[in-house]
Amino acid sequence: MSAAVEVHDVSKVFNAGRPNAVEALVDIDLTIEPGEFVSLIGPSGCGKSTALRLIANLLEPTSGEVLVNGKPALKARLDQDYGMAFQQAGLFDWRTVAKNVELPLELKGWDKAKRRTRALEMLDLVKLGDFADHFPWQLSGGMQQRVAIGRALAAHPPLLLMDEPFGALDEMTREHMQAELLRICGETSSTVVFVTHSIPEAVYLSTRVVVMSPRPGRITDVIGVDLGPRRGLETREAVAFFEKITEVREALRGIDTSDLA
Amino acid sequence: MFGLALLLVAAIWELYKWVGPEDGGTLFGWAILPRTNDYAMPHVWEMLARYAQPERRGFPTPIIATVASGAWFSLRLALTGFVMGTLVGLGLAIVMARFKVVERGLLPYLVVSQTVPLIALAPLVVSWGGKLHLGEFEWPRWLSAAVLGAFLAFFPVAVGTLKGLTSAPAAAVELMDSYAASWRQTLFKLRFPAAVPYLVPALRLGATASVVGVVVAEISTGLAGGIGRLIIEYAREATADPAKVYTAVFGAAALGLLMAGMVAVADLMLMRNRPWEVAE
Repeated sequence: MSAAVEVHDVSKVFNAGRPNAVEALVDIDLTIEPGEFVSLIGPSGCGKSTALRLIANLLEPTSGEVLVNGKPALKARLDQDYGMAFQQAGLFDWRTVAKNVELPLELKGWDKAKRRTRALEMLDLVKLGDFADHFPWQLSGGMQQRVAIGRALAAHPPLLLMDEPFGALDEMTREHMQAELLRICGETSSTVVFVTHSIPEAVYLSTRVVVMSPRPGRITDVIGVDLGPRRGLETREAVAFFEKITEVREALRGIDTSDLA
Repeated sequence: MFGLALLLVAAIWELYKWVGPEDGGTLFGWAILPRTNDYAMPHVWEMLARYAQPERRGFPTPIIATVASGAWFSLRLALTGFVMGTLVGLGLAIVMARFKVVERGLLPYLVVSQTVPLIALAPLVVSWGGKLHLGEFEWPRWLSAAVLGAFLAFFPVAVGTLKGLTSAPAAAVELMDSYAASWRQTLFKLRFPAAVPYLVPALRLGATASVVGVVVAEISTGLAGGIGRLIIEYAREATADPAKVYTAVFGAAALGLLMAGMVAVADLMLMRNRPWEVAE
């Protein structure tokens, strides 16, 4: 079985060859096995979102190679081997909740009945079964984000790419959504790459936390986390949880951020 | 509300007629105050009463029938022009949204096109049309007027649609890219629905612009049968029958309102699918 994501010697330069060239990422190497939950964390400008977009093939690397499911990233995108969720839920206002979840299936050419059945399944999974025919603006921010997760998983992709999906939610909703995400990923056995700048969020969710630093963006540390498969409220109060938070915080502190202020 | 506004305009007209100088007036040496005598400014009720009288002495039907038939003639031209202009405008907007280089190359020329005086363009279009021979097809004179209506209508539609098509948030476009959606899929499933709020005012502008184009084209090409021709004919009789020209002017205004009203009705029907705008 091939790795879910392989990033080999990848560098990314924006505006290459021009005076305003920016080295966003340098020599990134990362292999993610199926079933892993990997968080990318670091200060703004460290290239974590860029790294996610390279895996998603929304950006092309300047050098190096990105493989998803053993295929080149472009092929993986065309095959829709991954689903993606952003900080803004990005639901289409003119579509009902169910129709929003159907969108990726519609683009794949699924027939109507099959689409609807799958959309309702996904809404049950994210516990919004009663809201299928509501419009996005009738839902709270957390509910909208759940719809977005349902949409990302609708085609049953093996890989889920998430760019600060809970960044706009309040703390209570956020913790609830994190627990929900772990449950959903457990039920669908998805691999997740998760971009965040919240240390507790990264530690709570991940099996591995990848610490990145800016200028140029690179990986400075990879921290394994093993808090057990069932993580509830007691996990957030466990000593092991706080120890990991401290470890990640210290790894981040090693990064010189003086030029970021 | 609309009725109230009409009454207000009528009241201002009558008020000025009452207090204004009979033979006009000068302000700082400029002759800017309009004359208020009955030839220059007939009473509002005289204009309305004029609708009941025949166009010329001895005609069997009141003038309102003549104005209505002229308005109907022009309405069909304006509608034809509006549809043509909308199709051209939508097409241009799609091409400009698709290819940035087309937008940069074409948009300035579109802006310039609207500065060409319609009066100058109208005879040209008639003569080009006259030289056009496509097999059996003969360019009818009325088509020139419709084309000029289209010429005014396409611009707001093109600019508004372009703005709307490019209004989709970057994250939504990225989402479509992540699904490997084709440009066409992105156009119909994202860009067009996102453009609707921009499209409606653009169409409303286009609808009224097509009426202006048709009326001006009728006047400057001498096309008979429409409201524009009636305005110019009746205006010549202003000294003898000052209220007459206003019957046709109001007819043209009603035409513009009718066209804008049709867009508004279409908007209401579309609005049923945009409840979030009502909710805000």
